[in-house]
Amino acid sequence: MEKYDVAIIGAGMSGIAAGIRLAHFGKRVCVFERHYAPGGLNSFYAKDGRKYDVGLHAMTNFVKPGVKRAPLNRILRQLRISREDLNLSEQLGSRIAFPGRDLRFSNDFALLESEVAAAFPGEIDGFRKLVEDVNAFDDTEFNTPYQSARSVVQSRIGDPVLEDMIFCPLMYYGSSTEDDMDFGQFVVMFKSIFLEGFARPREGIRNIIKLLLKRYKEAGGIRRMNTGVAEIRLSGNRVERLVLDSGEEVEADIVLSSAGYPETLGMCSDTVESSTECSVGRLSFTETISIFENDPSSFGWGEDTIVFFNSRDRFAYRAAEGAVDLTSGVICIPNNFDYGEEGLPEGVVRVTCLADYDQWKSYSEDEYAANKERWRGRIWDAARAFMPDTTLDYSRDCKAFDMFTPTTVERYTWKRRGAIYGAPTKTKDGSTPISNLFVCGTDQGFLGIVGSMLSGIAMANTHALR
Amino acid sequence: MSKDECKQVVLDIIAEIAPDEELSDVKPEVALREQLDLDSMDFLDIVMELRKKHGIEVPESEYGQLVSLESCAEYLTPKFNALV
Repeated sequence: MEKYDVAIIGAGMSGIAAGIRLAHFGKRVCVFERHYAPGGLNSFYAKDGRKYDVGLHAMTNFVKPGVKRAPLNRILRQLRISREDLNLSEQLGSRIAFPGRDLRFSNDFALLESEVAAAFPGEIDGFRKLVEDVNAFDDTEFNTPYQSARSVVQSRIGDPVLEDMIFCPLMYYGSSTEDDMDFGQFVVMFKSIFLEGFARPREGIRNIIKLLLKRYKEAGGIRRMNTGVAEIRLSGNRVERLVLDSGEEVEADIVLSSAGYPETLGMCSDTVESSTECSVGRLSFTETISIFENDPSSFGWGEDTIVFFNSRDRFAYRAAEGAVDLTSGVICIPNNFDYGEEGLPEGVVRVTCLADYDQWKSYSEDEYAANKERWRGRIWDAARAFMPDTTLDYSRDCKAFDMFTPTTVERYTWKRRGAIYGAPTKTKDGSTPISNLFVCGTDQGFLGIVGSMLSGIAMANTHALR
Repeated sequence: MSKDECKQVVLDIIAEIAPDEELSDVKPEVALREQLDLDSMDFLDIVMELRKKHGIEVPESEYGQLVSLESCAEYLTPKFNALV
């Protein structure tokens, strides 16, 4: 039977990052991934000869090289990956679009500040105080008790529209809870989106995953694809061995799982009593990806990198009631990053909305295809209402299209109910009731691409390298 | 190994961990943290690289010995020489 110092479940960003740390320091480590492609929730695929990204709109946490203590620069050091190899291009500028109100923001925080001052003159002092609260919060401490972010923001900001406009991007880019979030999570998200910013490698997520895999291999890590872990066999309070989908068994002193907290406990051979609430996330999404012949600047959409839109009086970030909630969403135009001379070969517009897993799951194969087609146009119209006037005729000009739903996410990532942000309760120290089993990734609580890598690094350092 | 050689070993490790830092005029007497942007994760990596590359063990109670380049040389040189 093969025996490893550490077995990692899942070849997503957090699992590979953890693997790099462990292999680099001489551990015998193996990553087991059920899917044929690496990346987990941030993956990629090809369809009809065209390359698509899953998950990645933009990498958050962008800072210039050399900025002290910034998460992006910290993870690169920990992984011994050079900043140049990431080949990041900065966003052109993004926008929060509510009925009759826009707030633009970019990688220069001064823009958002001046937009708030112009649109909400009575609130700018409170907004600045909120930024002070964010900067004063110690986000490296794992054990801070839950505090409602809504209540903290409301203590500084009186206008509910501004409050909702601040929350909208933060919710969409990483909240597993409805309408509110832990203030600690709010701080991490606020910094990563507003105080730091957005960037993207020209080649998309592939570039990041390729770099991680190269480092992992160089460091001596082993990777087994198409190899799921079917069962975590326990002996008392310890993992005794892993049973793979093929029936093969392997041993490991420590198991680090990025499969999600409830998903991981569900693999265990005995029922595990957990003091952490072990519920599955309710929030799931659908995303449409529309391809056009020309760059979006040619049809009047050359300025917005990402638009967070909401059409209601109050923004609602909740499990969708119909198949898709069209009242809010995220529009991402990957062309609108500063790539210099060489842009992307085609125009791409992605629209993400909250969606109901149960609806999509209930459809027969034919109904599923018909509903994708039905919602495609509705989602496009909902998004277009928040975009500049355009010469585009969608049905004429869209030359290729793809769409994923909550069931697509579940099918390829084994995340229950396609809940990409995982369980509502996070396990920040990564511990489980099993003494040598730890979680990293989404349910540890750091989200996004930089967050997931930081999660893998932190959990490897804490539980397997000390 | 001389103390100067030992300082170079430490600098080489820092260069690998933090390639974005300017290391050409690090003052040996001044705390590394005061001159360079190194956090506790980086210091832990210095300890782990010493073990990985050179077989040198630094127990957690003695991490404080690594505060400056000079104190590193003072503390590590005898350990290196004891290896031979």
